[in-house]
Amino acid sequence: MAQDKPLPVPDPVTQPYWDGLNAGELRIQRCRSCEKAVFYPRALCPHCGSRDLGWITCSGRGTLHAFTIAHRGTPAAFKGSTPYVVAMVELEEGARVMTNLIDVDPTPEAVKIGMAVEVVFEKASDAITLAKFRPR
Amino acid sequence: MMGLSGRAAIVGAAESDAIGILPGKSTLQLVAEASLNAAEDAGLSIRDIDAVFTAGWRPTEVAEYLGIAPRFFDGTQVGGSSYVIHVGHAAAAIANGLCEVALIVHGESGRSRIGMFPEGGGPQLPAGQFEAPYGLPGAVGSYAMACSRHMHEFGTTREQLAEIAVATRKWAAMNPKAFSRDPLTIEEVVSAPLICWPFGKLDCCLVTDAAGAVIVTSLERARDCRMRPIRVLGFGEGLDHQIISAMPSYVHGPGRISGPPAFAMAGVTAADIDVAQIYDSFTYTVLLTLEDLGFCRKGEGGAFVAGQRTAPGGAFPLNTSGGGLSYTHPGMFGIFTIIEAVRQLRHEYADQGPRQVADAAIGLIHGTGGRLSATGTAILGRD
Repeated sequence: MAQDKPLPVPDPVTQPYWDGLNAGELRIQRCRSCEKAVFYPRALCPHCGSRDLGWITCSGRGTLHAFTIAHRGTPAAFKGSTPYVVAMVELEEGARVMTNLIDVDPTPEAVKIGMAVEVVFEKASDAITLAKFRPR
Repeated sequence: MMGLSGRAAIVGAAESDAIGILPGKSTLQLVAEASLNAAEDAGLSIRDIDAVFTAGWRPTEVAEYLGIAPRFFDGTQVGGSSYVIHVGHAAAAIANGLCEVALIVHGESGRSRIGMFPEGGGPQLPAGQFEAPYGLPGAVGSYAMACSRHMHEFGTTREQLAEIAVATRKWAAMNPKAFSRDPLTIEEVVSAPLICWPFGKLDCCLVTDAAGAVIVTSLERARDCRMRPIRVLGFGEGLDHQIISAMPSYVHGPGRISGPPAFAMAGVTAADIDVAQIYDSFTYTVLLTLEDLGFCRKGEGGAFVAGQRTAPGGAFPLNTSGGGLSYTHPGMFGIFTIIEAVRQLRHEYADQGPRQVADAAIGLIHGTGGRLSATGTAILGRD
């Protein structure tokens, strides 16, 4: 029997991020003190230590910062999905997020660091939507 | 800081009775074997140990199993670098009179999984919420992703990474305890089955069953031990994240933090290092570390390792045991960098031709743990 892919369990600080995805918006924190984007969501700004964080809605656009193409050594639930691209995307707002790059040939010839990407909201369960990205 | 340099010394270093594939041995049994063997190597009894340093296992678990009630202990657990970091912590504790005979030990039934300590996080932790849903393949996927950035920024190639695996295999060929000893070519490394691009199977460390232990004591007591003391001349530690998605820069590791204080305390520079043991979880781990520690400039790691520079007879003897890539790697390797450094600095291989780095007097050990998360650097010297 195929194992279910692991789903996140939100906590009180991260809940607005997950609520945003369910509403079709990519929301992240921004520090009101140093104005830097903050990800993952935290109780303080990891850049300056301020407690004064607010939420912004991102454009959903970014660039590919780094990636790997998973062939083997994957978590058990992903064995049937190989090869797939695990990527870091740098959002226009400045934060970097882990994601899957989809709708692309999973080869180093097709996937290029610096390529323009955009968010795709992928419903994973009644409670969870994941932010994935595709070339734009 | 200068007050700590050279005041403690490593006097015992050993593996478990066997290493490799050991389905008949539990993890704690391996820990016990290595601890006993390291104490015997030092000419001490396990009853002489008054401090325990371990990671993976808690100090309570190891001390209980060994029947020790230590007066000092440290369970700093930041991955495979922990044991190199413990060397510094032990040296500081010894120099300040908090303990006298410190055991640093790690064992893992990494391959056979007999009596393993618990591991893993949960879906509500940062990794569970922000990495696991995308199927990140643990350590290998994390290091591979970081490596992709180095290739992009500096033009580093898979062939350059393969130089490290090939050179390390040449050292392993001279080590009867090494798991993989057959000759290897760069072509074989780059054409091996892909695990997580850009890493093929031979860019990745082994998975074995093994334990290792070292004994650290005061320089004064060390000079009464069985073997020549190997002094702890300098040490440093660094970290700047845990999960790979939170790493500030994929081309700058925490070695840039742990290296400078280690060199400064020892009063030496990179040019003074005769032999280096740098944790090779993946080929990229080594390349990045060489840059971070200043053996070459940032971005020039690929050129530095080219032409088998780190192989036997090369200008930069590196991972002379065969490393995590070819000798052994039970899950966390740092303890084995210490053991091999001690053996080289004692000149234990003096009758084994090119296996012994000639006149080795100053060695560097460096561990990288987690997801390029935390490093320990130490400089050791022949007394």
